[in-house]
Amino acid sequence: MTGRQIRPRLAVWKFASCDGCQLSLLDCEDEILGLAEAVEIAYFPEATRAEISGHYDISLVEGSITTAHDAVRIHEVRRRSTKLIVIGACATSGGIQALRNFSDVTEYARIVYARPEYIETLSTSTPIADHVRVDFELRGCPINKRQLVEMLGAFIAGRRPATPAHSVCVECKLKGVACVMVAHGAPCLGPVTHAGCGALCPSYNRGCYGCFGPKETPNAPALSARLSELGMDQRGLARLYSTFNANADAFRQESEKYDQQDGQD
Amino acid sequence: MNADKRVITDEQLQKLIDVLIGAGRRVLGPVRGDGVVVYEDIQSVNDFPVGLTDEQTPGGYRLVEAADQSYFGFSVGPHVWKKFLHPSQIELWRARREGENLIIEASGGNNETYAFIGVRACELAAISKQDRVLTGGDYVDTHYQTRRENTLLIAVNCGKAGGCCFCASMGTGPEVRGPFDLALTELSPADEHLFVVEAGSPAGQELLLEIGSRPATEHEIETAKSIVERTALTMGRSMPPDVDVPRLLADNLLHPRWQEVAERCLSCANCTLVCPTCFCTTVEDISDLAGESFARERRWDSCFTMDFSYLHGGGVRNTVASRYRQWMTHKLSTWIEQFGSSGCVGCGRCITWCPVGIDITQEVQAIAGAQTG
Ligand code: SF4
Ligand code: SF4
Ligand code: SF4
Ligand code: SF4
Repeated sequence: MTGRQIRPRLAVWKFASCDGCQLSLLDCEDEILGLAEAVEIAYFPEATRAEISGHYDISLVEGSITTAHDAVRIHEVRRRSTKLIVIGACATSGGIQALRNFSDVTEYARIVYARPEYIETLSTSTPIADHVRVDFELRGCPINKRQLVEMLGAFIAGRRPATPAHSVCVECKLKGVACVMVAHGAPCLGPVTHAGCGALCPSYNRGCYGCFGPKETPNAPALSARLSELGMDQRGLARLYSTFNANADAFRQESEKYDQQDGQD
Repeated sequence: MNADKRVITDEQLQKLIDVLIGAGRRVLGPVRGDGVVVYEDIQSVNDFPVGLTDEQTPGGYRLVEAADQSYFGFSVGPHVWKKFLHPSQIELWRARREGENLIIEASGGNNETYAFIGVRACELAAISKQDRVLTGGDYVDTHYQTRRENTLLIAVNCGKAGGCCFCASMGTGPEVRGPFDLALTELSPADEHLFVVEAGSPAGQELLLEIGSRPATEHEIETAKSIVERTALTMGRSMPPDVDVPRLLADNLLHPRWQEVAERCLSCANCTLVCPTCFCTTVEDISDLAGESFARERRWDSCFTMDFSYLHGGGVRNTVASRYRQWMTHKLSTWIEQFGSSGCVGCGRCITWCPVGIDITQEVQAIAGAQTG
């Protein structure tokens, strides 16, 4: 029917994450049939009962590495995959759970769990690329459905995905959304954040929260300087960069600057 | 010349809108958005941001109450007419697979007709510049050309200069010159709400006949003249006078100021996307999952992105300094070699809408000052 004879085998793997990104895939109601035709969904515990077996042409990996077991398992995934694509902030930067990288994780475990001795975990949450070679990163917390379909379409067709690494500001301007920072003085991470959401928050008059992590050539110090002028204090700045992509280099370096200064105050 | 100046009332302005809509045009003009003035469809003079004005600073814009009930008492805002003439995203063509064949089809053209109301002098100048760039050479952008030919321009002389405006020093305003069909000057709306009007084309003359008008009195002509003169004297800023800016920039490509501005610049691209003369686009190909249908889309791009200068193996302008310099030298210097006039009309949008308030006039001043001083 289509010009294609062999359907690529697709697997979806989960590491430390909330499942939100995988669910974006299931949420593609309109496209899911096309996807099922275009690829053989060979391993996707969230949606099918298929077992791990053999080799996969495309592996989508959600989640970060937070346990010794997972640090080994990801190598197994890499071995079984031709293209390994990481999806979402957990997999690309360590996710919100990477806040542990800034603190003492045993202390967290003691507060949260009744029997912390049962918890076996690493002291850090790290992105997949810290452990194995990654072929493509799809950003977002969660990923954007349209970008996911675009990326899969691109990989199946053998072309470059249109997921530009420029600022969220470009998306504001394409949509005709007036800048909330200029027009309302609202703090916005858009100028240092990777595009992909379609300027969701600025479209609703909110500053960007940085869900897609740092853009290409981010200049966080210059943005922080402006946000201070607009009235944000050191603590506010430290928190602004410490969310879903807290462990991404550009955001981590910036939040650490203000965290330390905050401590000294 | 003065004999051609006539006067219409607010009711006749409403009639103008009605006539244009009756003729099947989309009438677009300034309306109140969320804390900003935006360009959208209008049906009535009451859609204008009546009684509002703006306060503009580098990186700041606030919509505030004006002293009177003017329709046009503000200066240019975040929207740019290019959003209609040179839209941010369009589909160029699509293709589909039919058995063994690939069928390529041009995407449907645009057959809307428009009337823009409230176009400022700087914006008319910018439209002329985009005319030159997109239709003036060997390779005509037919998407732009069609939209442009289907647009009537109803201009307004500015009664107030914005905090970041510098058209007077660029020779583009505040008095409307460039290609207009009608040009209005809003007289103070105190008792009777009147507009001095002038036709700039046969289409404009016909419209005036249709809506009715009366000759302007000497006094009204004088008042209208003094309004723009006052605006010219209250410009928010200016391009440094007595400086040969194109030469200055061409001679200072290695000036340390480029590095200094790069430390503040976010390379966010806002300045280019709000600029009424910036025209650059990129194309993206999309395909469906089944591999059955494809499309090529065009969207605005900016010299501040890394992809913009990507050649095989990497980007050419890797540093922010090189990207800022590319933008500013193109606007103020190399545009002249390329298209015969400056690429900047002094609207000040890049200053207001830069999130960190980088000011193109100040950057020129810094290079000029450090050079001569
Ligand atoms: S609202 Fe935020 S993302 Fe949008 S243009 Fe302004 S700074 Fe950039
Ligand atoms: S000059 Fe301002 S608006 Fe332009 S890229 Fe730099 S920070 Fe963004
Ligand atoms: S460079 Fe700035 S001031 Fe000049 S036309 Fe563009 S946006 Fe307006
Ligand atoms: S730059 Fe000049 S023409 Fe443009 S809005 Fe300001 S005063 Fe009016």
